[in-house]
Amino acid sequence: MADEPAEQELLTLQASSRKKKKPKQDAYLGGVSDRKLKGQLRHTERLYKEANKAAATINQWLAPSEAGFVEAEGIEETWQIQQQQIVAAVEQGAARKAFDLSLPDLGPYRCTYSRAGRHMLLGGEKGHLAVMEWQSGHLTCEVQVKETTRDVTFLHSEQFFAAAQKKYVYIYDKRGLEVHCLRGHAAPEVLEFLPHHFLLSSIGEQGVLHYQDTSTGQVVATHRTRLGPCDVMRQNPHNAVLCCGHANGTVTMWTPNITTPVVKMLCHRGAVKALAVDPTGHQLVTAGVDRQVKVWDIRTFKPLHAYFANSPATSLDISQRGILAVGQGRRLQLWRDCLSRKAAAPYLTHMLPLGGISSLRFCPYEDVLGVGTAGGVSSVLVPGAGEPNFDSFVANPYASIKERREQEVAQLLDKLQPDTIMLDPDTVGKVLKEPVDVAAQRRQEEAAANAARLASQRDKADERAKMKGRNKPTRRQKKKQMNIIEDKKPLLRAKIQEEERARKEVAQEAKRQKLESVPRALHRLYQ
Amino acid sequence: MKVKVLNRNEEEFTRERAQDLKKVHRNYEPALHQFQRAHEYTRALNAAKLQKVFAKPFIAALTHSDGITCLARNPRILNSLLAGSADGDIRIWDIPVQRTLRRLKGHTGAVKGISFAPDGETCVSCSTDCSVRLWKVPFAPLEPGPVEAEEAPVFEFQGRNAFRAIDHHWREHLFATAGAAVEVWSHERSEPVNTFTWGADSVLSVKFNPAESDVFASTGGDRSIALYDLRSARPIRKLVMQTRTNAVAWNPMEAFNFTAASEDCNLYTYDMRKLQAAACVHKDFVSAVMDVDYSPTGREFVAGGYDRSVRIFNFNAGHSREVYHTKRMQRVFCVRFSGDGSYVFSGSDDMNVRVWKADASEQLGVTLPREKHKAAYNKALINRYKHMPEVKRIVRHRHVPVAIHKASKMRRIVQDSDKRKLQRRIQHSAPGAITVKPERKKKIVAELE
Repeated sequence: MADEPAEQELLTLQASSRKKKKPKQDAYLGGVSDRKLKGQLRHTERLYKEANKAAATINQWLAPSEAGFVEAEGIEETWQIQQQQIVAAVEQGAARKAFDLSLPDLGPYRCTYSRAGRHMLLGGEKGHLAVMEWQSGHLTCEVQVKETTRDVTFLHSEQFFAAAQKKYVYIYDKRGLEVHCLRGHAAPEVLEFLPHHFLLSSIGEQGVLHYQDTSTGQVVATHRTRLGPCDVMRQNPHNAVLCCGHANGTVTMWTPNITTPVVKMLCHRGAVKALAVDPTGHQLVTAGVDRQVKVWDIRTFKPLHAYFANSPATSLDISQRGILAVGQGRRLQLWRDCLSRKAAAPYLTHMLPLGGISSLRFCPYEDVLGVGTAGGVSSVLVPGAGEPNFDSFVANPYASIKERREQEVAQLLDKLQPDTIMLDPDTVGKVLKEPVDVAAQRRQEEAAANAARLASQRDKADERAKMKGRNKPTRRQKKKQMNIIEDKKPLLRAKIQEEERARKEVAQEAKRQKLESVPRALHRLYQ
Repeated sequence: MKVKVLNRNEEEFTRERAQDLKKVHRNYEPALHQFQRAHEYTRALNAAKLQKVFAKPFIAALTHSDGITCLARNPRILNSLLAGSADGDIRIWDIPVQRTLRRLKGHTGAVKGISFAPDGETCVSCSTDCSVRLWKVPFAPLEPGPVEAEEAPVFEFQGRNAFRAIDHHWREHLFATAGAAVEVWSHERSEPVNTFTWGADSVLSVKFNPAESDVFASTGGDRSIALYDLRSARPIRKLVMQTRTNAVAWNPMEAFNFTAASEDCNLYTYDMRKLQAAACVHKDFVSAVMDVDYSPTGREFVAGGYDRSVRIFNFNAGHSREVYHTKRMQRVFCVRFSGDGSYVFSGSDDMNVRVWKADASEQLGVTLPREKHKAAYNKALINRYKHMPEVKRIVRHRHVPVAIHKASKMRRIVQDSDKRKLQRRIQHSAPGAITVKPERKKKIVAELE
């Protein structure tokens, strides 16, 4: 039937993992004995199923765009295709998305995109900050801050951005005017903005991870990593946990709630140079000085594969559709399908004309990679990198002013509290029930402890109250004293014994000493 | 070499003219929608807080000249409410405009019961002056103006002793009165058509079943609830409980279920076919429950108590979902649900009929479809996360007068200590020597046929 393959595809979009066997009907209701609750759960489950099906159908039939691709013909391989060939082969509108901005004077550039992919933010190390609508080439703002700027990031929208300058973090608005100077962030080197929680986090030379809420201005947490200066930090988009790479080859993961790292993984022999996390939060890719690029499963913290290179990779990024970009000096390599399985060859390669790569960021919802180099910024076409269909309620590249304002309000209303950040984000709303036997044991132990305490109390009370004859205060006092003496008796006895033994030892020692000075034949007389 | 790069045409994603609707695109890929549960929980928390902010249930107080003893709502017209007071004054109220349309004068004693006929144009009232009067109830259009004193009743039925309650049949021109015995009258006859007696005690209230029209229930001074059928000559069943039942209400959606408001601060829902055990016990009052009335949906009912509070219960819930009280509201003697299930009326000793919202945080008036959707979404969110401690704390929180708070605490202490004592007695006696009666059967003394 024509519906069969459609049904199969529909099931793939369900958030729950696919099982080989179809689960028994109502298996999840096994432990529930309350009939009312069972009925309600069945009804809810049916609603979930219907909603999932509807969502999958919409995704299948109503998506306006298809993903990009490049296919080599004949004996040619995709990695042999040059960027110029791709630019020449695509239509004009797409070809305009590839460009090189030559900015040789103001230092290695960091390049990042806003959440909707419409605005690009450049930050040169010598203090050049610029926001532009990169598709139309319109420059929104440009400012020279006259200070070393190590990292830049957009905040919740393209109206505000933050720059990690020499001493502090500064926030600028869309006109390039300085709005805030955040002194809590000391000597920052990397910035990360957690969009769902409105948290701006930074880490730098002092190795102190600092979280600040940009909507209220409150400092949420400050963690001393005690692992030295750190300049590699990325967020895990699935659970908002920050992954930091350190000079001793470890990757640590942090949440604002716990002062010690939640996870510590030894990843490389030597410093960790770059990190990237898969958008679904399944895999972590790390690059180290030992010239290895390793792929880890973040849910089980187990290594999956390792790729070897001739020089260490200095930048990494993963696109929305799972394409990995690796930057080594001037050489850029793009790998496809390399995370869940080991890929034999790269997907595309490119040599940057402007200089050595200092940062890599994929543009969301576009087949474009923004490369910050030592001599400027390049935009490279990567067919198949971006998600073709955006969701207007998540990020709308074509948002009007009113829509942008309403989205900002909606984001603020839905802002999550920092204490909901945890390794498994689905724990929120779950009722943690301890197993029956553990609960029974705990109750037993509590009861035993209680009984023991009560028994001792009773004994004490009995002791005090037991009297023969008249219960006068003097007699009671005497009894108490006797009790004290009685209690002390064994201790005293032990002490006396100890003293006795010590004395005996000393005597024996003296005797022995004396005997030594006397000839052996006369020992009998001195014993 | 085949290559395709994403290139969107701006015209496809934006609108042409300002009059067009903005285009919305959805992608339900889970990777794009992260933190769904956390966002939902945040929204549920905000919804619970807003619910408390908007919870303003009191609407109006309609004043009489003496304490209100009975209420009746017009089954045909939503606006109209009849209230009878202890000085014999009956008023027809127009609720939205909050004015008295007519005053029905005639009774010389306290009006103990009123009930509308099914056509909504006639009503009957009974009083302690041993008379039942039949009135014509016109309904004037909405115009502000002076209160007009009304004409005399259309018909007057004389009885032998004082009447305690009255209820009209839902289909025919018959009504039943409670006094020394249950008497069924017709509009055309001046003597009762039928008299039911069982035992020699007084009958306190009577209520006809709206769904199963020929069945009605009465409560007696001998702590009993009796069920009758008009088609038979004698009463069918009698259920004797430990305490007196003040009022009975039938569930309009489930013909066999009725709820009894008892002197022992509880309400008991029974299935009339299975009177051995209550279907549900509703606890929350700290003093006698005086009156109970079901919502037309059959999913909830309102009860008024001697402890100066009005509580709304879900039909199958053991505890109230809402409590209304005011410093000025004294003992509540009668409560009614409005015809659309949105409002609750309470008549109390302080000479006022109060109008309350059934859902305290509901937005009144015409709501836009988007507002309705948002309200439904908020309700569903709170329902999904109601077990989370923060949400639970906010949703459960109600301010209650000091007297009620203290009394309920005391009841809880007494209950706990009784329970503990019983458990210890069971522990220290031979197994099977002490039988524990389930809560639903505890207060039933006997079922007689």
